[in-house]
Amino acid sequence: MSRSAQREGSPVNDGAPRKLRIATTSLAGCFGCHMSFLDIDEKLFDLLRHVEFDRTPLTDIKHCGPCDIGVVEGGICNAENVHVLREFRRNCKILVAIGACALNGGLPAQRNHVDLGACLQEVYLTEPGLARGCMPNDPELPLPLDKVHPLHEVVKVDYSIPGCPPPAEAIWSFFADVIAGRTPHLGHGLIHYD
Amino acid sequence: MTANGAADVFLLDGEPIPFAPGQTVMQAALAAGHYIPHLCFHHDFKPHGSCKVCTVRVDGATTASCTLPAQAGMSVECKADDLEENRRTLVQMLFVEGNHFCPSCEKSGNCLLQAVAYDLGVLDADLDYFFPSRPLDASHPDLLLDFNRCILCELCVRASAEVDGKHVFALSGRGIGKHLIVNAESGRLVDTTVAVTDKAVDVCPVGVIIRKRVGFAVPIGRRRFDARPVSAQALEDAPRRAPPEAAP
Ligand code: SF4
Ligand code: SF4
Repeated sequence: MSRSAQREGSPVNDGAPRKLRIATTSLAGCFGCHMSFLDIDEKLFDLLRHVEFDRTPLTDIKHCGPCDIGVVEGGICNAENVHVLREFRRNCKILVAIGACALNGGLPAQRNHVDLGACLQEVYLTEPGLARGCMPNDPELPLPLDKVHPLHEVVKVDYSIPGCPPPAEAIWSFFADVIAGRTPHLGHGLIHYD
Repeated sequence: MTANGAADVFLLDGEPIPFAPGQTVMQAALAAGHYIPHLCFHHDFKPHGSCKVCTVRVDGATTASCTLPAQAGMSVECKADDLEENRRTLVQMLFVEGNHFCPSCEKSGNCLLQAVAYDLGVLDADLDYFFPSRPLDASHPDLLLDFNRCILCELCVRASAEVDGKHVFALSGRGIGKHLIVNAESGRLVDTTVAVTDKAVDVCPVGVIIRKRVGFAVPIGRRRFDARPVSAQALEDAPRRAPPEAAP
């Protein structure tokens, strides 16, 4: 039995069309794209007739199992982001990058022209008001990368939904197309970089 | 004009386009209400032919339509899939060469690079980002220069020289090292003769030459290209060809 079929809430094979299994995560992002996803409002009910969720911030499943679609918000700023992204890529048939940070690094990538050591120094040691600042060094903390990268620089990305965050209509348009078996298409008004 | 008084025409994707002597394919196409995607072309200035986004195919050869003189009978292909794909790649290259973080850019929604990318259906850059380091010039009290977004179209260079008569802006260096400079020994905008009323300040199609204290007075989402795609608006900006006079 496949891993996804063993999960709670997986469809039993009763002849009904199999639901699409979806995983989502936020890496170096702000959860704004997930909020925009929730902004599809009552369309969530339509969506839930066709999909079920694997790892997402909603289900609190910790690892991504085999899925049809993986939706990744945020760029890659530390080693853990790389592991999670690779796990998504291994398990998801379609990997979707959502939002400016996933597509070009976004706000976190504003540190890319600053030396990482100098950046940490400024934030944790020398910034005014940090009288007792110290460099975080807990072994649990993932190591930061010297630059923030968009997803496509680390794994192959199959589709992108731009925006900061993308409008809910664009996110719904993507899912509606995939559920209907159409190639997703975002037209004027749904492609936004801001 | 042909001998019988009819205007000369060429074909653009099979459609007849009338043109006046001296017009380029781009100028005649826009005047006749046909959009060809472009970035460095501006109807107020002599065509420059540098961005190549307007590349079309004539007799199997590709060439920039903004500098290609219109000729009677020529057949110009613009909307082919491979040409559109090349346009997308050119635009994507401009995005990765600079630092374009649209959510924090004051030009967002009014930006030609962004609008052309939207119109071409560019969803992502699909190339590795350079993340270059390009410090700002905030020396001028009323203007900001954000070099991170320069697409090297030379519109400010042309406007400053041809309209303002000042030569405030120039491009320096070659290849990937090419960059915008200003005409002052200090290299700072405040030490040039630039004025906020200069054409050069208005003409930048992207968010390099920014007026201070304007910012997000018009909110994102209610800006020029939020309303309608650039393909529709470029036609309204361009000088239109007068309708043919009725035959006597
Ligand atoms: S100049 Fe245009 S493309 Fe570049 S960041 Fe600003 S809005 Fe985006
Ligand atoms: S500053 Fe603006 S107008 Fe001048 S070359 Fe750069 S993009 Fe073009």
